[in-house]
This record gives sequence, C-alpha cells and structure tokens, in this order.
Amino acid sequence: MNVSIEPSVRITARGLTRRFGDFTAVDAISFDVAQGEIFGFLGANGAGKTTAIRMLTGLLTPTAGEASVAGFDVYTETDRIKRNIGYMSQRFSLYEDLTVRENIAFYGGIYGLSGTAISDRSAALLDRLGLGHVGGHRIGSLPLGWKQKLAFSVAVLHDPRIVFLDEPTGGVDPITRRQFWDLIYDAADAGVTVFVTTHYMDEAEYCDRVSVMVDGRIEAIGTPAELKDRWGGASMDEVFVLLARGAA
Amino acid sequence: MVAIENIHKTFGLTTALSGVRFEVAEGELFGLIGPDGAGKTTLFRILVTLLVPDRGTATVDDLDVVRDVRALRRRLGYMPGRFSLYPDLTVEENLTFFASVFGTTAAANYDWIRPIYEQLEPFRHRRAGALSGGMKQKLALSCALVHRPRVLVLDEPTTGVDAVSRAEFWENLAVMKDSGVTILVSTPYMDEARRCDRVALLQNGSILEVDRPAEIERRFERRLFGIRARGRRALLEALREHPQAHSVFRFGDSIHFAAAGADLRPELLGTYLEERGFHEADVALIEPGIEDVFMERMQRV
Repeated sequence: MNVSIEPSVRITARGLTRRFGDFTAVDAISFDVAQGEIFGFLGANGAGKTTAIRMLTGLLTPTAGEASVAGFDVYTETDRIKRNIGYMSQRFSLYEDLTVRENIAFYGGIYGLSGTAISDRSAALLDRLGLGHVGGHRIGSLPLGWKQKLAFSVAVLHDPRIVFLDEPTGGVDPITRRQFWDLIYDAADAGVTVFVTTHYMDEAEYCDRVSVMVDGRIEAIGTPAELKDRWGGASMDEVFVLLARGAA
Repeated sequence: MVAIENIHKTFGLTTALSGVRFEVAEGELFGLIGPDGAGKTTLFRILVTLLVPDRGTATVDDLDVVRDVRALRRRLGYMPGRFSLYPDLTVEENLTFFASVFGTTAAANYDWIRPIYEQLEPFRHRRAGALSGGMKQKLALSCALVHRPRVLVLDEPTTGVDAVSRAEFWENLAVMKDSGVTILVSTPYMDEARRCDRVALLQNGSILEVDRPAEIERRFERRLFGIRARGRRALLEALREHPQAHSVFRFGDSIHFAAAGADLRPELLGTYLEERGFHEADVALIEPGIEDVFMERMQRV
C-alpha cells in the first residue's frame, strides 16, 4: 500500500470500493483533495456518500482500493486518522444536557487537550462566535443555528488538518447558514481541508470543487463552474438533477 | 377550509408561537416556510389535534381543533416529520393498517391513492424499513391519504431529502392538489415556496408574511443587485464596505447586494469594484426571491 502523493494532498482515494454482500455501495471512486480546499461531496440519498465518508474517517474498512487521509492509510492507520480529523453532522453534534463550556471541555478531553489548552481555546472560541454570554447555558436551550456554529468550532478545537461536515446546515435559517459558511472559509484560509456534504445546491456553489456521486460512482468532479459548463446547467441544482436523474 | 386565529403556545419559558393567524382556502396548496425552531411543527400539531393552544382558535372544515377532535381526525391526513410507519411491516401491510384505523380498506380507496401508490407497487412485499428515503416518503404519503382526508398536513416531507426526490415529491403533491385536497406543507427550503399557491413565512413563532410567492417577492422594496466576480471573501467584504450596502449575502455562484438608497446603478457598483481591484465584475439589477425577502424580514425583527 503505497500511494505516492504530494504533501499538500490531504485526501487521496484510488478505486476505493465497499461492498455489502452482493450490493456495491461505493464502486471504485478516485479523487484527491488538496490542503485548504473546500470539497463538496454531493449525491442523492442512497448514492453511497455515507459509506464513503465512513471509510475515509476510519470507521469502515474498504473492500478494495486505496485511500489515505491526512497521510494515513484507511486500512492500517485508522486511529491516527481519527486523531487528525474533525467530524460534525446534523444529527450528531453536541450534548443537549451539558452547558456550552462543558461540551467544549468534554470534546477537548476526548481529543487529548490539556486543561489549560481547553480553557484558553474555549474562551477564544466563544469570543470569536460572540457567544461568551451563553457559556453556562445548556446546549438544549440554544437556537439551532448557534448550536451548529458551536458544533463546528468544537469539531476543529484540536486543530485537525481535515474536517468532515455531513449536512452541517440542514434546517438552519438562511442567515445563519451563510454565517456557517464564513466559519468554513475561515478554517480553509487557515489551511484546514474541508470535506462537506449538503442538500442545498446553492452551497455546492460555495465549494472550490465538488463531486457528484450516483449509484456508488463519482459521475462528475470539478469546480462548480466547470461542471455547469460541461453539463450545460445554469446552476449546480440543474447539474445535480441532470446527473442524478440519469441514474434512474 | 382552515382558519387559524391568534394562536399562542409556550413550552416553559420558550415561546413557540405568538399570535399566528392565517386562512387556507379549499383546494389550496399552502406552504409554511421557516427554519428549524420557527414553530412549524408546533402549529401543525395544534392543527391535527395533538396539541392544545394556550390561546387562540383553529378550525379545519369548520370543526374546532380542541372541541371536535374525533370528527376532525377523520377529515385529516397527517404526515409527521419523522418517519412514522411500521418498519417491520411490508408496504402493503402498512397501507392496510392505516386504512383499517379509519374503518376503511386500501382496496376501496385504491383509485384515489393510485397516482402515488402505483410508484410503490413493485415493492409492495418489501418491509417499509428497507425502502429508500424517497420510497418511504411515497408510502407515508399513501398512508396519510388512504382514508380520503379533505385536508393533508405534511410536516417537512422534504427535509434531508436530495434535490431529485424533492422535485418528485412536489410533483406528487401537485397531483393530489388537482384531485381537490387542501394541502398544508412545511419546509425549511426557501426555494420550495414557489411550488405553493400561497405561503406563510414563519420565524421565531411569528408570521413574517402571508401571500402568494410572487406577491411576497414583489414587496421587497430595495434595489437588489446580483454580482459575479473573482474573489470569494474579499469580494464579499469589499461590498459590505460600500456606503450603500444594506445587506450583502452569498447566493450560490453570485452575491446579492441590497442597496440602502434608491439611486445606486449597476455601473456605479461595477466601477466601485474595479477601483478595488475586482476586474470584469458582472453586476446586474435582479429580481428578489423568497430567500431574499425572508432574510430582509428576519433582520427587521
């Protein structure tokens, strides 16, 4: 297993495949994501996105193919992958019954940060989000938009090189959704590689590059402008529907 | 067909709904548009008699949601936000079960549900839990329809669903609307507003607007510019520093700039950007969409 890659390439997949019995959920996908890039991983429900993300985050062993994440192998170095990535999804984020500060301390502890590092970063994080006044509030009492911004900040608390965001903005109001993308840009500007899924096709346009997965395969990959050009769509929404409908 | 009058509902210290009022005419496809936490589910639960309002009244088909619970339920079809069918029963068994709850059979109502259900028939012996997301939704819609309700209440049927399945779901709703059912549907996706006859925009338990989507868009009173140019963050920040910037937001592959004054022209904005090093910016006056209006109203509250 020797995928030779540029140091600036943060995620590499070559023929990455996962089968469940007779069913091929992910069918030989290949792509690279560079450091600091915002990569949109699009696909219809059931296209295989979640299975692919589980392999890339070290939670599921591939059936075939090669992949490395942050320079670590998805077969043999899953523990090191987990330590070097951040992860957040719409469903799994923070503990509702813990306060904001308790959540930060809890995740900081899991990621192995020291007590002083946690309290320093906690203060800086709350300051940056303008949420210092709710540090002692239970997460459950906060609006969804605040929770999602906090969840993102907690996911990058340990300075991971890559962050995986699985539908991070589902159901969030339109202003907060855009503020969330400011956080994503901040992280990318600081060199963090962002791997993001979304059902909002306007958000696909905010990515540096996107891939569209259909029935386990990557049917298209490129910048949003390239894809619109190639498939003759006015928007990523049109391109997506064109590609995904072609599958049926 | 549906009349909601000054509904208030609080849960402990949280105000879920404050003074919501609107009416829905027979045969209308009415959308309740708002983000999570706006109060959409609470309002729908009151309408389908699962929650009692603190204040205010609501009627469906002239029946009161508090007093006439039993009579009302027969006339309502309700699809909750969470998948609520029996995963261990097959497609056909789920349908039979929901029909029997209302004292009818799937066979007696087959013609009525056929436009939706026939898409599922090849899978009628499959367990509901093993269906794809889009198929589950079609089954949930079939089950909500099987007793021929006069009013359908659908709570976020398209949340978390991909763009293709969303489009199909709205096509199915259009079919049901043609057969005369009154439909209330909630969604956090602003772009789905255009599929409705009328919509209510809901935020923090209050109605921001109720009208036909085109009318709501027409009421956006600012000059709105769409800008395309190279430079992601820097472009956004440069535009926010413009003296006439009222609000500046990303919108897909462009930026929407709502002007504070009435005299700004595309050429002036183009020159402004040119002077700041953004060359060949494409600036045009554009028509606002529902999302522009929603954000404008949110900022005013």
